[in-house]
Amino acid sequence: MPIHSMRKSVTLRKSEGRILQARPRSALDRTLPALFALLTNFQARLSAIQAFAAIGFQTLSVSVIFLDLTGIIAFDAVREWEAGVPGMGRNGKLRSHGKKSQVRLKKTEKGLWVMKHIAIGILGAAAFGLMASAASAATLDDVKAKGFIQCGVSTGLAGFSAPDDKGDWQGIDADFCRAVAAAVFGDGTKVKFTPLSAKERFTALQSGEVDILSRNTTWTINRDTALGLNFAGVTYYDGQGFMINAKKLPGVNSALQLSGAAVCVQSGTTTELNLADYFKSNKMEYNPVVFEKLDEVNAAYDAGRCDVYTTDQSGLYGIRLTLGSPADHVVLPEIISKEPLGPVVRQGDDQWFHIVRWTYYALLQTEELGITKANVDEMKASDNPEIKRVLGEEADTKIGTDLGVSNDWVVNIVKAVGNYGEMFERNVGSGSPLKIARGINAQWTKGGLQYAMPIR
Amino acid sequence: MASQEILREEPSRGSFINDPKVRGIFFQAVVVIVLVASVWWIVQNTIDNLTRLNIASGFGFLRGRAGFDISDSAIAYSSDSTYSRAILVGFINTLIVAGAGIVTATLIGFILGIGRLSRNWLIRKICMVYVEVFRNIPPLLVIFFWYSGVLAVLPAPRDSYNLPFGSFLNQRGFYFPRAVWGDGSWLIFVALLLGIAMAWFVARKARQRQMATGQQFPVFWTSAALIVGLPLLAYALSGFPLSFDFPQQSTFNLVGGFQVKPEFLSLYLALSFYTAAFIAEIVRAGIMGVSKGQTEAAGALGLRPGSILRLVVVPQAMRIVIPPLTSQYLNLTKNSSLAIAIGYPDLTATTGTVLNQTGQAIECVLIMMVVYLVLSLLTSAVMNVVNARMALVER
Repeated sequence: MPIHSMRKSVTLRKSEGRILQARPRSALDRTLPALFALLTNFQARLSAIQAFAAIGFQTLSVSVIFLDLTGIIAFDAVREWEAGVPGMGRNGKLRSHGKKSQVRLKKTEKGLWVMKHIAIGILGAAAFGLMASAASAATLDDVKAKGFIQCGVSTGLAGFSAPDDKGDWQGIDADFCRAVAAAVFGDGTKVKFTPLSAKERFTALQSGEVDILSRNTTWTINRDTALGLNFAGVTYYDGQGFMINAKKLPGVNSALQLSGAAVCVQSGTTTELNLADYFKSNKMEYNPVVFEKLDEVNAAYDAGRCDVYTTDQSGLYGIRLTLGSPADHVVLPEIISKEPLGPVVRQGDDQWFHIVRWTYYALLQTEELGITKANVDEMKASDNPEIKRVLGEEADTKIGTDLGVSNDWVVNIVKAVGNYGEMFERNVGSGSPLKIARGINAQWTKGGLQYAMPIR
Repeated sequence: MASQEILREEPSRGSFINDPKVRGIFFQAVVVIVLVASVWWIVQNTIDNLTRLNIASGFGFLRGRAGFDISDSAIAYSSDSTYSRAILVGFINTLIVAGAGIVTATLIGFILGIGRLSRNWLIRKICMVYVEVFRNIPPLLVIFFWYSGVLAVLPAPRDSYNLPFGSFLNQRGFYFPRAVWGDGSWLIFVALLLGIAMAWFVARKARQRQMATGQQFPVFWTSAALIVGLPLLAYALSGFPLSFDFPQQSTFNLVGGFQVKPEFLSLYLALSFYTAAFIAEIVRAGIMGVSKGQTEAAGALGLRPGSILRLVVVPQAMRIVIPPLTSQYLNLTKNSSLAIAIGYPDLTATTGTVLNQTGQAIECVLIMMVVYLVLSLLTSAVMNVVNARMALVER
């Protein structure tokens, strides 16, 4: 009887202590201890060939679970090896007895076999896999330890954050991250950018994948409270507008004529909500055409899938430049919402929040005081006590160190990106193809809304 | 009996620690403890972090006002509806596209699979090329092919293609007249149901008669007459209550009628055509798995080729076909989540939007996972029932 002889040979080998050398394959022991002896062997060999490939699984910034691939691969190999073992009625050998008394035996044996499989499966996933490592909660320490700031930006919005032809990120949002890097490291280049879709952005920030989210994100109460985020300021006051193809729709010159139109919009944005509110309050119908990524929306609008494109007005001007024939498209006059866009950080880390917020104020304050990238070194020698204080030239100043950065942090910021006005003109204003006027984004002294809290 | 004895009577020589049975139980207990501990740790860790980061959690947000609109909805939905309703809309859209895709993919797949075994060289090769092309392209590319390559290059609404029966085709989709049912039209539906019931009854009786006497009855034509004729009769009797709402040109789009959006069309066509290639191979394998002797024996009994295929080959092939067919159906359902790339509001897309509007990432992902899991398990359950009915019954 084949089964009989197999069992006997196993017992024999076991007593000789030669489990690992057991040949042929079909005669191997399948008890758990024997399996584990084999597994250990297998793992040693595997880890020698294989770099320790790990799938990182982040649970909200504090702890990281690594699922080690070697364990899974080893587990699969064992399963395959096991499947090759005859017996347990799987290949019909037991069935050949054909007696009713055998049926119950088959069931228990099968049950054992299944249990072992489950046990091995769980071990493969759990015992080999889970390792926890705790990371600290202070973002500034983390940032200093890794030597750069991880900055979440858009997937490409001209003037705010978009890679140029060399692959460097340009725009107000990108420059803001450089300013923070300059404040922390004295070097504006110590930034790494992570392009994020509207949908991914908050999760990326919450989970600690990025240190700052500087991605034309609208400040709302819900995001400030329920999402566990903090908005550090408003780098651009925007409002939602509409763009249409004037060539295809000659008669339309107001958003109130848009009833029945197909409207392209990016999903998961405040834009999407404002759009619904606007059409509802004006008792108009529309047909939403919703995409997740900005370039998908752009492509759909350019292809004529929708009549109207809606997003923040600054964005519309930027997008218009990327279309096939920009001159055909007009931005309608209506602004249907308030969209204060600014950098966001996680709640619960006041030091980091203050650094980001006061970087923003430093950008504004330097513009107010007339400190520019070009004259910052001369300004250090200024007689104006306010300028001296802002630039950290005051004797025994502690402004910078209290914030957690060096005392010449403002000098570093201005040297890296200039003041807010320079940043604006370079990226979206007169120095850029967008040619957007300062408007409400001017300094409070010039009738705008940009107002820095006093640095003292 | 021998093997049983060996297994039971294996002596536990030496110490208790070396007993394989004891060791087995010990290790399994360790595994269970480790598993429970790690699950508990993960859950605890998540809860801790959520509290620490002041992120609101729980499923209460589902009752909030959604605030966004959805382009394609089979049930009543507006921006005033709740988040849970938005997710439901997405779920129904997934069901629709998966259901329609499964039916079409199965039809195309069967035709192609049989075509690959055709005696005609041209048909055989065309089917082969189709299968090889579609089987080796990622489904996302097929979706983009239909969306950007076929439907996006259609003319703008102003220059729509005029199709028969007042329907139109343009880059905004396919428009056809919507049926408007007037008073008394319930009679037509009752007649239709009656027709189907009677057709089923006739088919049963005809089968019984054939079993008993060997006489055949023209079941097909009788059924067709019942199913089509009865509703037509009811339509005439109730005074022709049916009218049509034709699509009309307006400032921006065609209004009225029934619109099938290009997002749905491209997803549905892509999933059908892609999965059909796999189903074709499964069907071919099933038919080739039926031994040639069966065909020859049936031929020897005097059956015609059509009857051989229908009565002998296909029923046996189905036993081989159904289990892998189930996994193709599951694949199609899960692939429908690629809808997000072209903006069709399926479950993934709408739940994703809800996720982003509320920021409840863990809850939303959990909902998605559970829904897809339940959907897949249900599909498997149905297919298992079908499989059990098809399985060989030994007498």
